[in-house]
Amino acid sequence: MSKTTPTCWTEFAVEALVRVAGFSAIGFVLLIFLFLLREGVPAFFEIAPGNLFGTRWYPTFDLFGTLPLILGSALITVTAIVIALPLGVATAVFVREVAPGWAREILKPMIEVLAGIPSVVLGFFGMTLIAPLVRQVFGAPTGLTAFTGALILAYMALPTLISVAEDALDAVPRSYRDAALAMGATSWQTIWRVVAPAARSGIVTAVMLGMGRAIGETMAVMMVTGNAARMPVSLDSLFRPVRTMTATIAAEMGEVAAGSTHYHALFGIGIILFVLTFVINLTAASALFQKRRRGGLR
Amino acid sequence: MLGCLLLGLAGVLSGCAARPAESAAGSAAPIGTIENKGSDTLVNLALAWAEQYMQMHPEVSISVTGGGSGTGIAAMINNTVDIANASREMKPEEITAAEKNGFTPIEWVVARDAIAVVVNPANPVDGLTLQQISDIYTRKITNWRQVGGEDRPIVLLSRESNSGTYVYFLENVIRVGQKGNEALFAPDTLLMPSSEGISAEVRQNPNAIGYDGLGYVTADQKMVAVAVDASSPYVLPSIATVNDGSYPISRPLYMYTPGEPQGVVKTYLDWVLGEGQVLVAELGFVPLK
Repeated sequence: MSKTTPTCWTEFAVEALVRVAGFSAIGFVLLIFLFLLREGVPAFFEIAPGNLFGTRWYPTFDLFGTLPLILGSALITVTAIVIALPLGVATAVFVREVAPGWAREILKPMIEVLAGIPSVVLGFFGMTLIAPLVRQVFGAPTGLTAFTGALILAYMALPTLISVAEDALDAVPRSYRDAALAMGATSWQTIWRVVAPAARSGIVTAVMLGMGRAIGETMAVMMVTGNAARMPVSLDSLFRPVRTMTATIAAEMGEVAAGSTHYHALFGIGIILFVLTFVINLTAASALFQKRRRGGLR
Repeated sequence: MLGCLLLGLAGVLSGCAARPAESAAGSAAPIGTIENKGSDTLVNLALAWAEQYMQMHPEVSISVTGGGSGTGIAAMINNTVDIANASREMKPEEITAAEKNGFTPIEWVVARDAIAVVVNPANPVDGLTLQQISDIYTRKITNWRQVGGEDRPIVLLSRESNSGTYVYFLENVIRVGQKGNEALFAPDTLLMPSSEGISAEVRQNPNAIGYDGLGYVTADQKMVAVAVDASSPYVLPSIATVNDGSYPISRPLYMYTPGEPQGVVKTYLDWVLGEGQVLVAELGFVPLK
């Protein structure tokens, strides 16, 4: 019996340590959010709502219209997902369902390598190679457009999208495929009518996570979108420059006087961005949760 | 860039050494470190000065960083640098902030700079008046045809709003130097985070017009001659035209010290204003006469 006490103690210590580590993640997020609120909330009092949600962003001249920035971020994020979704799902289907074993062994690590390319490198690549191409192919006045940004973002969202979508396909029980094939379905019919629909919620999660990745990306976007704070509301907006929330914070934070209205406005944008990302991740998490509740059979 | 990093490193390594101390004054060459920070327009010149000076005086280490005029001035106000580089004059509220911290900043004009207006080499437009440039940047003129060029849309390029060049260009070109003129850059002006961003776009896009410090204009961009008004001569920016005052878009570049410089900082500034001026021309800026 004398042996149980030390065991209990170590058990208790380890348990406590693990618990603290686990809760610290929540703590850090909370602290970051509190800091953001403390620095950013004054913006909503210092700047008249008409100005704050106006259409002109000239912080040097006290014009803090965030609308073009929010719409700019939304435009390139949505476009990026529209581009990345078919590509990503098709890649996931190929890797999981079609490719022979040896090809899968090569493809999977290659896709993970994609995620490791620094965004500055992609931005430079976009600025020097893709932007001139976009200008010539689409006849835009400049190649630094929302579309160029969306292309780069789509590329950056792909690795996340592919791996999560692939996991979702992986979770579809073998019996589904066997049943479909036994009923005389071709392998294309099996994939398209049975496996993909069964993995639908997982694919939605993949899209959401890819979107979260895209909306928060900064460096590459700053280099290829031209950063012009114009309202992206006309039909040709996709092929005109835009300015995103992230690029605005990155470009202006270094120079701003701490405690000034401009400083609070940048943190205010940070709050908007945080809330958007949080909502997107929450949606992704709830899709995952639903899946789990139904015991893996969607 | 590498030089900047190395110098920064040198600054860090010698960071444990004492800051230039008053006791260093005397017959012997002063020993110490100088922290120098600010304007991106000035950073290459400041680096060249620092490198050459450190070769001649190995006992002095100078660390130079960029970040923008505002960044450098803010650092000087907070007393974390010995010299702030600026491409604009200090604002009254910045001087007040410095005085609150117990010193009066002292201004030194260390070189002159001209802002060149650049277009793609394929663009046939050779000269523009200040008013035309202003109209282009406020979108009153939207096609190159209106200023004697090809039938092409005009794409506006600018530096980010935190750059000293941005403010200078806005006040002296877009607002044509008029007080009370509230004109702003058109909302669809592309704000480029760096000089390289501007030159990359100007190089490959025949629609583009941009501006940047004369020292940053590369051979693959075409400079436009500028006239004060339609009846004045069109002048290309060069060292000669800036010095004789005929090129209209030029400005002084400053260094600021927190109070009267002492010891190693004073010796360095004296050298910059004297012998150091040789380097100014080599970097595409305009030396003081």
